[in-house]
Amino acid sequence: MICAPTENRLSIEKSDAGRRGLFCKNPLRARAKVPANLRRKAAPRLPELSEFDVVRHFTRLSRLNFSVDTHFYPLGSCTMKYNPRFNEEAAALEGFAALHPLAHDTCSQGTLELLHDLSARLTELCGLDAITLQPAAGAHSEFTGLLLAKAYFEDKGETRTEIVVPDSAHGTNPATASMMGFTTVNIASEPDGRLNVEELKKHIGPKTAVLMLTVPNTLGIFETNIEAIAKAVHEAGALLYMDGANLNALIGLVKPGDLGIDMMHLNFHKTFSTPHGGGGPGAGAIVCRKHLAPFLPVPTVRKEGGRYVSDFGDKRTIGKVKAFFGNTGVLVKAYAYMLAHSAKEFGDIARYSIINANYVRALLKDLYPSYSKEHCMHECVLTPGEDMTAKGLKTLDVAKGLIDRGFHAPTIYFPLIVHEAIMIEPTETESKETLDEFVAAMKDVHDQGVADPQSLKDAPRTLPVRRLDEVLAARQPNLRW
Amino acid sequence: MYIPHTEKDKSEMLKVIGVPVFEDLVKQVPSKFLWPKFNLPQESLDEAQAAAKLSGLAARNCRPLSFLGAGAYERYTPAAVKAITSRTEFLTAYTPYQPEASQGTLQAIYEFQSTVSALYGMDYANASMYDGASSFAEAVRAAVRVTGRKKIIYSAGVNPQYMDTLKTYFAHSADYTYVKVPMKDGAMDKAALPALLEGAACLAVQTPNFLGLIEDMDGVAETVKKAGALLVAAADPVSLGLLAAPGEYGADFAVGEGQSLGLPLAYGGPYLGLFSCRKEHVRQMPGRICGMTKDRDGKRGFVLTLQAREQHIRRDKAASNICSNEALCALAATVYSALYGPEGLKELAEANAGAAAYAAERLSAIKGCSLKFKGPFFNEFVLAVPGKAAAMREKALARGVDIGLPLAPLYPELGETLLVCATETKTEADILKLETAVKEAL
Amino acid sequence: MPKPEEARYTKTHEWIAPGAEAAVGISDHAQHEMGDVVFVELPKVGQKLEKEKPCAVVESVKSAFDIYAPISGEVTAVNEAVVSEPALLNQSPLENGWLYKMKPSNPADAQALMDWNAYQEFVKQSVH
Repeated sequence: MICAPTENRLSIEKSDAGRRGLFCKNPLRARAKVPANLRRKAAPRLPELSEFDVVRHFTRLSRLNFSVDTHFYPLGSCTMKYNPRFNEEAAALEGFAALHPLAHDTCSQGTLELLHDLSARLTELCGLDAITLQPAAGAHSEFTGLLLAKAYFEDKGETRTEIVVPDSAHGTNPATASMMGFTTVNIASEPDGRLNVEELKKHIGPKTAVLMLTVPNTLGIFETNIEAIAKAVHEAGALLYMDGANLNALIGLVKPGDLGIDMMHLNFHKTFSTPHGGGGPGAGAIVCRKHLAPFLPVPTVRKEGGRYVSDFGDKRTIGKVKAFFGNTGVLVKAYAYMLAHSAKEFGDIARYSIINANYVRALLKDLYPSYSKEHCMHECVLTPGEDMTAKGLKTLDVAKGLIDRGFHAPTIYFPLIVHEAIMIEPTETESKETLDEFVAAMKDVHDQGVADPQSLKDAPRTLPVRRLDEVLAARQPNLRW
Repeated sequence: MYIPHTEKDKSEMLKVIGVPVFEDLVKQVPSKFLWPKFNLPQESLDEAQAAAKLSGLAARNCRPLSFLGAGAYERYTPAAVKAITSRTEFLTAYTPYQPEASQGTLQAIYEFQSTVSALYGMDYANASMYDGASSFAEAVRAAVRVTGRKKIIYSAGVNPQYMDTLKTYFAHSADYTYVKVPMKDGAMDKAALPALLEGAACLAVQTPNFLGLIEDMDGVAETVKKAGALLVAAADPVSLGLLAAPGEYGADFAVGEGQSLGLPLAYGGPYLGLFSCRKEHVRQMPGRICGMTKDRDGKRGFVLTLQAREQHIRRDKAASNICSNEALCALAATVYSALYGPEGLKELAEANAGAAAYAAERLSAIKGCSLKFKGPFFNEFVLAVPGKAAAMREKALARGVDIGLPLAPLYPELGETLLVCATETKTEADILKLETAVKEAL
Repeated sequence: MPKPEEARYTKTHEWIAPGAEAAVGISDHAQHEMGDVVFVELPKVGQKLEKEKPCAVVESVKSAFDIYAPISGEVTAVNEAVVSEPALLNQSPLENGWLYKMKPSNPADAQALMDWNAYQEFVKQSVH
């Protein structure tokens, strides 16, 4: 973002009738014979540009973004770690990229072997028994997980209608439950975000299908009573689902399966370093115990003799949650990342993500008090200090002040149970020097705010645009050219 | 290993935190859970070793001359598309929650929404969904919400995988009923519609349909509307360079698989769900939506909008649980559409239709082979073959040609048939090779 | 429309003007807490309402709020103006920003709700 460009026209506003970019000159065009009544009447209103126009337009747009490669991006709960270039190169290999999803198994042995090995390594890392790689994202995995639970109980002849979710959970948990026709039962968590086992017992029973639990929770705190929780859930005949959004804190350090969970989901775009792409594509997985395996979506990959085959499972499968196999292109990247890590090296990911978060928390504790009194895992939740709130400053102002200093803002106003939350997840790939610079910026924001609150409320000033009118956007939606 | 810390960094940081060893930071985890044994390789690979391993795997996938379609299409990805989508300012950014720091992604999404709306002839589009199947399922869900009805009418030519996905979405309830519109010569039997549509939430139709045929949508929307139902249309976006747009024939929701717009096949994903609708249904659109607005100085800018519908706010009342879109794939599709423009997309569509027409002509002239259906088709068609289609495919594969998808497992009523697809990537010489391969496989 | 003192209030911050055709809206306190309203979804005329069940939705930029029926009854009219101009809820919550009118199943029900003084006290309590 050197010298933020001032011009902000849309591509359609640069369009000129008759200008051309790419052509398709395939002579077979002349053989097209589509009857006139089936043809479109008006040409679509798309820009008419030269190739160079298009390249310059989108290159300019790219420079208006903050990204992991250009800026420290400590978004809590999102695990914005470095996305290795090597992963990208692997996925782009023609042998992987050009493979048709309905290719015959004899043509897809390389990809099937990769998926098979990836599946085996992931189930081992999680300490569980079986896996599906079909979900396209984390929320899609939750959906898959609840479908598994439903099929599991139906198979047992039980009707269970409730999903129990702590109030600190990600919004996707209750949204998924509701989409599936379950009733959500919310449980207030303790002030430290943990679940009170006695309180939990009051809310679970013969109607409970699943307890969805984020470990560590959204305050970055480990669920210390997890064994007792798992026991209570299982005594009620229900299943324990672990939201794996925060797996970066545990990977290689703890096997989630040891904690007594029945299933969990993975976000490859978080823990396994695949890029977020401005909001996707991601990829997800459900890893589960044996008793849920018969219900997994199909196909999965099985090794038969020396060959790999797509396995369409037994009759109890929940079917498909997505066309074809899954976001294989993303899975290749995750596999490349796995190859780069031994078990011990995975443990270092957890180790340094935890050290980094506690380091930031310790250095900021006087100006931005930590919500929780104990050490955190991979992320910490802070709030603006009293000297800032007394001047009417809010978390949003801190966020905008940080952007002005070249740091992406942390996640703000989440978890909902913390008033004015600032949720910081540095990840393990950031160096001590970067964290020191970030801490200095946070202090600078504080000092500016306390000395001249209005100036912080006017931030950002150095970006392509200043604060945007979201009310106008929502009241008079302008969603297209 | 991508961790920058030295031992010195570690000890300095632990000192600042105020603990002597790392384990003191994780006392909240019962110690018996810490540092378990993993049955994983003891050594990781260095980059060169990993590259060799992955190249080896990639090489084990064979690359026949392929005539497979059936919902995923072989496309040429222009160099400029690859160049733009590999700009890491796009690649490594997150969802644009801080709009001032994400104007690039946001404007690109706005242009994507505009592109999809224009292609489909609809009022609005969202910022994309996982894939065509999830867009289709979400559109039917929206129709169910709008009408309060639970009967879903669908044409037999809807991609079977789309129907599978839809049924999975509704698996929580036995209240939903699905009624298939019978097929007449491979297309939807329009005469059957009025009776079927009574009390229905929607008619879901795909054109070109799964068997490649272009449905004649003339008068369909009127019939649907008369029954108080909505029209959900699925269409391949490249076909819309040439074929009638869903907005032109009165669709309420129009969806499609955006992979067609220059994305690699990648064994099934990541793809791109296109989702568009008429104005009155804008609040029923699932997922993210980007809108244009102004900043404090009155300057144009972009934000995510209509967010209160979404999961992170509405939680258990959200229209959908979706929280990511496929922004990078949407960017690729936007750049692709801008590079080709309206004229180039028309050329691409013509090349598809022309290649398939030529392939059909050559293959149907082979003794024993014939076109299963008479109607007009776009870039794929059903070929009736004299022998076992699956065995023929394997025989031809051994000679380096994938002659198409045997349809018997999906449509047993069609007998021994192949779904053969030819896109703009195929030349006359390729089609002659296909002809030879089919002959030799008989 | 009622003066603030004439309306009755719920703990979920709706007001109702007691009568044979009772108007319903949200309190000034509620619109303050919500911030700029950007969207309103109203019940349908003829819809049966059940006391304390959600019957409308009000959205601000970042939040959605359920609006609960203060008492049981049937919707007789809705205020289309707030649908096209949601800002009315902020500008004039007790007049131009009314949401719908209803025919109470039992007109006495409204009288059982908080009066203006009780509501003010309630708001004061819940803020601290």
